[in-house]
This record gives sequence, C-alpha cells and structure tokens, in this order.
Amino acid sequence: LGGPENYESGSATNYITRNKARKKLQLSLADFRRLCILKGIYPHEPKHKKKVNKGSTAPRTFYLLKDIRFLMHEPIVGKFREYKIFVRKLRKAYGKAEWTSVGRLKENKPSYKLDHVIKERYPSFVDALRDLDDALSMCFLFSTFARTGKCHVQTIQLCRRLTVEWMNYIVTSRSLRKVFLSIKGIYYQAEVLGQTVTWLVPYQFAHDHPTDVDYRVMATFTEMYTTLFGFVNFRLYQTLNLVYPPKLDCRSEVDLKGEFEEDYAMDSESYLEKLSALSASLARVLNTAEEEEAQIDQFPVEGVDLEQMEAREREQKDQDAHKRLFEDLKFFLNREVPRESLAFVLRCFGAQVSWDKSHCIGSTYDVTDETITHHIVDRPSVDKQYINRYYVQPQWVYDSINCKMLLPVEDYFLGVNLPPHLSPFVEEKDGDYVPPEKLKLMALQRGEKPVAEQEEEEEEEEEEEEDDEEEEEEMDEEEMKEEESLKTIEKQRAQNKVSSVKVTPGKMKTENKVRMEQEEKAEEKRLAIMMMKKKEKYLYDKIMFGKKRTVREANKLAAKRKAHDEASKGEKRKKKTKQ
Amino acid sequence: NLLDGTSPNLAPFLFPHPRRFLDITSQIIPKIRPGMSSASAVSQSGGEGQRRASSLTDCEGLLREGSSSWPSRAFFILQDIRNTVGNIPMEWYQDYPHVGYDLDGKKIFKPIRNKDELDEFLDKMDNPDYWRTVRDKMTGADVRLSDEQVDLVHRLQRGQFGDINFKEYEPYIDFFSSETMIHPVTNRPQDKRSFIPSLIEKQKVGKLVHAIKMGWIKPRKPRDTTPQYYDLWAQEDPNAILGRHKMHVPAPKMRLPGHEESYNPPPEYLLSEEEKLAWEQQDPEDRKLSFLPQRFSCLRAVPAFSRFIHERFERCLDLYLCPRQRKMRVNVNPEDLIPKMPKPKDLQPFPTTQSLVYRGHTSLVRSISVSPTGQWLVSGSDDGTVRFWEIGTGRCMKTVDVGGAVKSVAWNPNPSICLVAVAFNESVVLLNPALGDRLVVSATDQLVSSYEEPEEAREQPVQWAAPAGKEHDAGHRLHLAHPKAVRQVTWHSKGDYLACVTPDGGSHQQVLIHQVSKRRTQNPFRRSKGLVQCVSFHPTRPFFFVATQRHVRVYNLIKQELSKKLQANCKWISSMAVHPGGDNVICGSYDCRLTWFDLDLATKPYKVLRHHKKALRGVAYHKHYPLFASGSDDGSVIVCHGMVYNDLLQNPLIVPVKVLKGHAITHDLGVLDVTFHPSQPWVFSSGADGTVRLFT
Repeated sequence: LGGPENYESGSATNYITRNKARKKLQLSLADFRRLCILKGIYPHEPKHKKKVNKGSTAPRTFYLLKDIRFLMHEPIVGKFREYKIFVRKLRKAYGKAEWTSVGRLKENKPSYKLDHVIKERYPSFVDALRDLDDALSMCFLFSTFARTGKCHVQTIQLCRRLTVEWMNYIVTSRSLRKVFLSIKGIYYQAEVLGQTVTWLVPYQFAHDHPTDVDYRVMATFTEMYTTLFGFVNFRLYQTLNLVYPPKLDCRSEVDLKGEFEEDYAMDSESYLEKLSALSASLARVLNTAEEEEAQIDQFPVEGVDLEQMEAREREQKDQDAHKRLFEDLKFFLNREVPRESLAFVLRCFGAQVSWDKSHCIGSTYDVTDETITHHIVDRPSVDKQYINRYYVQPQWVYDSINCKMLLPVEDYFLGVNLPPHLSPFVEEKDGDYVPPEKLKLMALQRGEKPVAEQEEEEEEEEEEEEDDEEEEEEMDEEEMKEEESLKTIEKQRAQNKVSSVKVTPGKMKTENKVRMEQEEKAEEKRLAIMMMKKKEKYLYDKIMFGKKRTVREANKLAAKRKAHDEASKGEKRKKKTKQ
Repeated sequence: NLLDGTSPNLAPFLFPHPRRFLDITSQIIPKIRPGMSSASAVSQSGGEGQRRASSLTDCEGLLREGSSSWPSRAFFILQDIRNTVGNIPMEWYQDYPHVGYDLDGKKIFKPIRNKDELDEFLDKMDNPDYWRTVRDKMTGADVRLSDEQVDLVHRLQRGQFGDINFKEYEPYIDFFSSETMIHPVTNRPQDKRSFIPSLIEKQKVGKLVHAIKMGWIKPRKPRDTTPQYYDLWAQEDPNAILGRHKMHVPAPKMRLPGHEESYNPPPEYLLSEEEKLAWEQQDPEDRKLSFLPQRFSCLRAVPAFSRFIHERFERCLDLYLCPRQRKMRVNVNPEDLIPKMPKPKDLQPFPTTQSLVYRGHTSLVRSISVSPTGQWLVSGSDDGTVRFWEIGTGRCMKTVDVGGAVKSVAWNPNPSICLVAVAFNESVVLLNPALGDRLVVSATDQLVSSYEEPEEAREQPVQWAAPAGKEHDAGHRLHLAHPKAVRQVTWHSKGDYLACVTPDGGSHQQVLIHQVSKRRTQNPFRRSKGLVQCVSFHPTRPFFFVATQRHVRVYNLIKQELSKKLQANCKWISSMAVHPGGDNVICGSYDCRLTWFDLDLATKPYKVLRHHKKALRGVAYHKHYPLFASGSDDGSVIVCHGMVYNDLLQNPLIVPVKVLKGHAITHDLGVLDVTFHPSQPWVFSSGADGTVRLFT
C-alpha cells in the first residue's frame, strides 16, 4: 500500500516496448518488422500508458509480452539469423574473390517456407477466405507492375499466375456478385463459399512509382499473401473438381491451339496468357459430362416456418437467375475497352466473349460473326455497323450486373450521355440520401416500366423529383418535427402573450387537438431533457448532433441535385426555344 | 603519327580497316607542301594533322581536294598546310580580316566576299553545283565537293562505313575451330608441371577435405520435393487452434466505396468550386474524402489513380503498425436516455400562462413582494418609486416616491400588521400602505406609535426615526438610517424582526436584525465571514440563514452558534429561499445553477439544476404548494415541482414543470425577482423591462 510503484507487477509486466522486443529476439528492426508482418503481430495500446511506460510519458509502441514470447518460438527467426550470416559470408567471399565459395554459398542459400505460418494464422479455410480481401488487392496490384526492379520478377509472375487462377475460379464457380467502376480502379465483390470477398484492381496503366513508399514492406506482405493465396486457390480448385494448376479444357485447348501455334515461340509462355484470356473453360479432374446444378434438397425442418423457407427459396432463385444473366448472349469487345475486366465479368455471368484476333490471344470468333448480340464499344461512333447487334458502352454490362437484370440498352448506345454509374455497395438506410437514379433502378427491378415517350418521361421525371423532394421533406420533418413545431409554438405563444393584453371582441379560438397534444408532448420531452444527468446529456447531445449532421448532409445533396436539375432543364428549354 | 593519334571518336568510324588510312592520307597529302619528303611532312605536321583529322567531322576540311585519284597517291606532292591556328573555333576570327597564319607566320587573309543575299540567291539558282559547295572554315574559301566526297558524306550520314569496299558482315573465321586438327597449333614440348601432380592443388584439396570434415563446408542440400501449394487445410484439427487465436482481433476490412467514388457519379456528388478549394486547403489527414470526385464521360477517358500504390501501402502500414482494439459500440436509442419523469399534467396545479402584466415602472423592477392576504403586490424599482398593485385587477393603487433606487421590498408576513419594508440607498423605510382592512391599518399605526422610549438610551448602529407631516401622510412610519447601503430586507415570519443586509467585505456589520416593536437593533455577528449576499429567517424555528459567496451558513439564534455550513458548489450565490417546512433550501447562483439542499441529508447539494442559460437572479418557494421558481437573466422563469415528503427516507422529488417566458431582455438582464402568491399557485416575476408579470 502506498509508496512509489516499482512496476514489477500489473500492466507494466504485460507489455514490452518495441525496442526491447527487438533486442529480446535479437533481430534487426527490418527483420523484426518482417516477422511481425508475417506472423500478424500488431502493437497494443495499453489502458494506462504511463504505468506501462514506467512513469514516463514518452510516446512508445508497445507489444504484448505474450506475443513476443510467441514469436521467440518461431523457426523463421532462426532462418532470419541464418540469412544474415549467409549474407556476411557471401560478402566476405566476394571481397576475397573466392568465386568457388561464392557459388557454393549461393547453392546453400537459406530459404524459408510460410506454410506453417499460414496454417497457424488461419486455422480453418473459412478464416483464410475471410481475410482474403487485402491479399487479392495486393496481388492484383503487384501483377500489374512492370519488371523495373521495384520487386523481384518472380514475385510479379507469381502474382499474375495466382490472380489468373483466381479469376478462372470465379468464372467457373460464377460467384461474382457486384462490380463497381471507381476512379481508383475496378472493385469486384464475389461470394466464395458464403464469404463476401471484395478486391480492387487498378486500371491497366503503367505505375509511376512513388518515392515515399517502402517497397520492402509491401514485398513482405506480398510474400505472405502469395503463399496464402496459392493455398486458397488450390483448395478452391479442389472444391470444384478442377485440376490445379489450372489446365484448359481439352476441347477448347484444341480450338485455340490451331490458330496461335505459330505466334508464340514457347508453349509455356502462351499457356498463362491463354488462361488469362478467360475465354475457355477449365479442365476438370473427373470428366463429368456437363455442369450439374446441384439441387437443394428440401428438408422439412421443424421450427422453421413456411414463409422463411419460401423466402429462402426465392432468394436462391434470384441468385440463380443473376448467375445466368448473360447466358445465351454473345459479346464482342472492341479493342479500346478494358478487355480483361469485361471478359472476366461477362464470362462470370455465362456470356460468350470474343475480341479481335490481333488484340489478344484467345479470341474465339470474329467480328463478322452474325450471332453476336452485343458489341461493346467505347468510342463515339463505329464505321461499319452490323444490323443484328446492339452497340453498347461498357457501363451497360456493369450496371446490368449490379442491377441483377438486363437494363434497357437505349441509355447506353454509342455517343449517348451515360446515366450515372452508382455504387452497388451503398445500402441506404432511411434518412439517407438516395439519388433519383437509384430510385429509378429500384423501380425497374420491381418491374415498373418507364414510359417510353420522351416528353412524358420528362414530365414524369419532374413528378418523380417532386415526389422525391416531398419524401425528403417528410423525412426531414420527421427528424426536425419536434424542434420546429416547438419553435413555432413558442413564437405563437410569445405573440399571443403580446397580443393578449389588447381587449378585442372575442373570437372563437379553434383548438387543434392533435397539435395541442403534440405541443404538450414536445414540452414534456424538453422538460425531461432538462433533468438529464450530465453524462447522459452529453451522450444524448452527441447522438442528436450526429443525427442532425446526417440529415444536413442528405439535405445538402438533395439541394445540390435540385439546383443541377433546374440548371440543366433551363438549358434544355433554351435549346428548344432556339430551335 | 596519324595512325596512333587519331582522335578517339573518329577512329573506329573512319579507320575501321588499315586500308582506310591510306584513303584518308591520300586526301590529306595534297595539302602538304610540295618539295618535302612525305615522311618529313607527316612528321612535321604531326600535331597538326591530328587536329585536322578531328576536324573532319564536318567533312569540310577533309573533302576539299577530292579530285586526287588513287594512282596519284604514290606520288607524294606535299602542299603546305596553310593555316596553323589549329583546332580552334573559327568564329574567334570572325571580326578579323584574316583567318590565321601560315607556316611562315604570315596572316592568311579571308577571301574577299562581297556577295550579298541577292548574289547568294542568284548563285543558288544559277550554279548547278551550289548544293555541293561548302565553305572551308580554315581558309574561308568555297570548295566544291567531288562525287566521291559527296558519296562519302552520304554514307556517313546513313551511318555506314566510309569505305565502299569494307564488308561489315564478312563471315568470321575462328582462329581455333571446333574441328580437331591433325596438327598441333604449336610444336612446343609439354611443360614438366603438366605431368607432375600439383602441390598447390593438393593443398587446396586438402583444405577442402579438412573443411568438409570439420563441417565448415556443407554439402548441397537436397531439393525440396514437396509441391509449392497443396491442400493446407486437409485436416482441420480444432485442437490445433492456438488459444491466442481467440484473442486475435482481425483487421477491419477496407471501407467500401460510395457513389462519389464512381467514375461517372450523379452530379450532386461532384464538388463545387468552393468545396474543391476548401478540399485542397485542408490537410490530407482532415479530409473527409481522400480523393476529388470526378466525372468522366466514358470509361476510355478514366486515367490511372495516382495514389493507388500509396493507398495500398498505407493499408499495409495500418495492418502491421496500428494497435487494434475491440470497441464496444452500444447502439443507444436516444429516447431511452431521457429520464422517465412524472407528467407535468399530473403535478398540477402550477402556473402555465401569463395572465397579467403590471406596467408603470420606468426602470428595472428590483424586487417584489406580496401581502400575506394575497390581495396586494408591492414592487420597488430603480426609478425610485414603490408601487402598490391590486393583484386581481392589475391596478396601481398607490405610488410612493422614496427618492432612491429601491433595492428590496418586503411585506410583513404577519397578516395583522400592514407594514412594508423598503430598502433604498442607506436607509430602510417601513411604510404603511393603508391598503386593505382599515382596522388592520389603524392597528398597525397604533402599534408603531405606541412605542415608548426606554429610560436609558442605548447606542445603536442604526438611527431610528419616526417621520411626521408630509412623509407620514405618504405612509412612512419609521426610518432606519444605516451606515451603509442596504441591499436586502427580510421579515421574520412573526413580523416583529427585520433583517437587513449591508454587504461590505471587511465589515462585521453586514447583517443587522431590527426589532420593530422595541425599535432595537442587534448586530448578530462579531466577525465577517465574507461578503454576505442574502439572509433569511427559518420559517418556524430560531434559525438564521446567511448566504455568502459560496456558502450558506445556518446559525442557531438561541444558542448563538453556527449549526451548519452548506457548500453551494457554485461560484457566486445570488439568491436563496427557504422551504416553508424549513428543512430544504434552494440557492440560485450567477453561474446558471440552482442548488437544492436537504438540510437533513448533507451539507452538499442534494441536486444541482442547470436549466437556465444565464445567471439566476431570484428563487422562491411556494408557501403551500410543492412548487419553486427561479428567474434568470435569459428572461425565463422556470417553475419546478419540488415535493418534500414527511418521510425522512424519501428524498425530495424535483420535476421541472413549466418554462415561462415573457420578460424582454434589456441591458442583458431578464427576470430580477420572482415570488409566489401566498395562497394561489401563481407566480409573479419582475423584470428589467420595467414590468411585473403574473403567471397563473
């Protein structure tokens, strides 16, 4: 009791600073970092920093002592040390110009495997799938790097291979759900074995490598991610009875072979490219005749009522329909559209895709094919147009997928001003702002048909907008009702007070009963708020502030939209009058 | 010389083959002066030629005398090398008439050139060889290039070898071929060392053997045969999961993009010019969006995102550098936070609406008081008047001009006495307003006048005087002249004692208690305990409450001792009221608080209410109803239900029931005093706007 603390018990002993941890593990800072990345160890924020810091308030990073003890048993630590020694020996041999020993040392270069780390970090396969987002984004980024020495060429190749395998798996399992073209890149969301996996792929451009990025850190992450990703791919291929490493289906392979044999010197070189073309299906371990749609058996489960069952069935049906969105459609990609993304997306929903033979390997049919239904073009006009196909812009594909239905192609014809591309990841709660386009899409999904004629459409738009505004206003009212009403009431009161001094011939005062009740309730609430405890009042004020802020933001967006619509309408009218 | 000392950049170009040299010399030789032997000429012009050769790049000097043909090369006619200035920029001689010096040291003059532009043009049009005429910088003369020279220039321009006859792609003949020859290349006998075992090698082998023996050199490791990827989760063993896995906090996933990140967002998500400017001026950490929303008309126009690698890297840093914590986010419904109070409706009666305004004062009304019968109201104002109002009608019955800003008025609580104490400047006046029951009025007058002077006059801190004449007619009955300005007067409930507050920090005469019937004054305190704000008598028992800035002291008047010291937990008490039961006290303070003390409970406040937005000026309890009110500078009067139970175990119930507004705020002052009607649930308030208002 009392006395100065000697920090020999309690929280001071549970934490260790980074430098001490490093010394304990006898590793350099870089190696310590690598180890932490590989093993997934992160710092901890102690509750009482000063106590843990032994009375000092200097900013320090703390790790749990348990974590560091755990790291001490890691075999990789030994490998790190071995590598350090290896480098030292090699340097010495170089310095002495002992080339034989250089060679010998290089042969015995210590290396390590991360299999056990992966198994330990992700004890079950589902765990691994859950944590796949970052791995995917990272590998997709690394696979787009040029071989400029920012990282090992092998890493780039491995990343490319793994991402191609992943895309092939997604195509075969048809598990893609949502796609979003953002200014950063393309977001994909897939549902793999019940887990939603989201990843971001940059647009196909050369990167200008920033100088303030530590590529060693990124490379270490990638090292871990590629290992994880490979194992995940293996397992996923196994679940679909596919051969791993992936092989093209025999039939399609023969189809492709004939044409491109002469173009590529090495078969091994072209194989990955053929795979990455995504136009052919993969070989299976067991040569089943066709894909069997697994029928879900219906078990009469007790306790689950019929409605739930039906809802589930409906959902299942919807999902199946979504998977077959582009089935029976034949697409042709013009050369200016992002081929890989579109081919991947279209193939995921059952379409047939092809492109110009000179554009990329793996095209299956020509432009002249009469059975092509959609030609995807991203330029204002095309010279030669075929009659029996739609020429649409690529956004149509993405919007259709997100909308889970084939959208009317009219809005996406060549040279047409495209409708906004909305994020499929936004789920509006009530009170949030919903852009009118989204409302329209939702109406389309529900099966309401838009009016075809333009003028009517315009009118309807106006009406719709008005409706929207009204709705918004209503929502606002709901939010702000009490306060507003209170204010008005008080104003009225004040006026009444002032005016009540005058003696005027009596008038019948009509009392609005509902209004009175509301007033009463509002006042009750305000009085109750006055009696709140300080702590609760603070919390309450904070919550209300947040609520009001969201309302304010929604209102701002709505106002902006209104102003924009009015401006554009005015322009239209001007044009009309000019004509 | 020429062979060795050719300038390095030209050497491979012009002399790819020994034979080329002859060619070049043939072109230089004609410049050497005739009559000299070739060898001497070459040796003489050693450095010269070297420089000359380097000036060959522009081909001007070299291709001057192209007419000499191959057979003539055998005949070495040596011309003099005319200019000796060497390899210098010839524009140094631009402004001189000469271009250099010959071997004898004489100036070489520039050829007279008086061609103007026109001549030049004519020359260009007429002379068919104009295109192959170049100017020799060394001499300034025009030289016509021969066909061979032109050809050479062409070839050099195309990057070919100067010599036509040189074959670049001649088949390469190996000196040592792969075919075994029958004859040895050399016929040298073998060395002895080739058939004697080498000692050095033996040593080396011995060292290696030793190193292997000692384990210094490790044999090559066998190749790892396990495939790179396999089914890692083939046997999922739930027992193998480490305990620490339960403690693991998975990293939160990246935020999913909203509409504003789209390449073609709805127009409302794009930033306006001002917003863009604001975004750019913000620190990158403070920005709500890490990017500027942009709209592109088609997918083809979308550029690469310049911060892609950065963002990925930042995510990596977050993953391994950020401490992770599980934050329990409780989803609180704000409605649940509001305490459940009894409905004000069930706590009626209490004043709800303003029903009367008493107008007449021209300045702020500092104080008001109600007669114990509940029929009359007295108000004292800064305009120096005291007005008496009939409560029911709002009529001003009487106005008494006292000649000083009235700080405090108090109606005698004894219903059988009709006296009003008025404090202004340094004096307190007891007025008989002559309102109400005549008997009471006359009885009061009698009571006052029946005073008999005691035999021995005692020295008193206050001078008592009974006014006569005009003042008597106006209602003045007694004058009490204090040494200092009086701030507050208050009656004891019996109506005989009167307490006055003359606030003064150092003095011990801050509180004086007067006995009206005996015209006697007492000073209860010997020592000052701070600036006294207000005082109050206990309604039933002989206690006396004194509020200083931060404390309320409760004195027992009989025992003459301090019985309690209440800590108000506020900066500056402004007003105080004692519950008619006597066990509860409320204090209003200038820092917007109203504190409720339960004297039985503790010396700390039982409850602190922060309802008002500005300083409290007056507080009051109702005599019968469980109500109390507080008036504040924000112009509002808040009426609260304050139920005190007889049961000691039950704490008082405090519920705000009504916020009454009506007073206009003038000079940052709102309500200055509040008081309740003695029998009705009505509350009066006086304000800085010169009005008194009745709320019923």
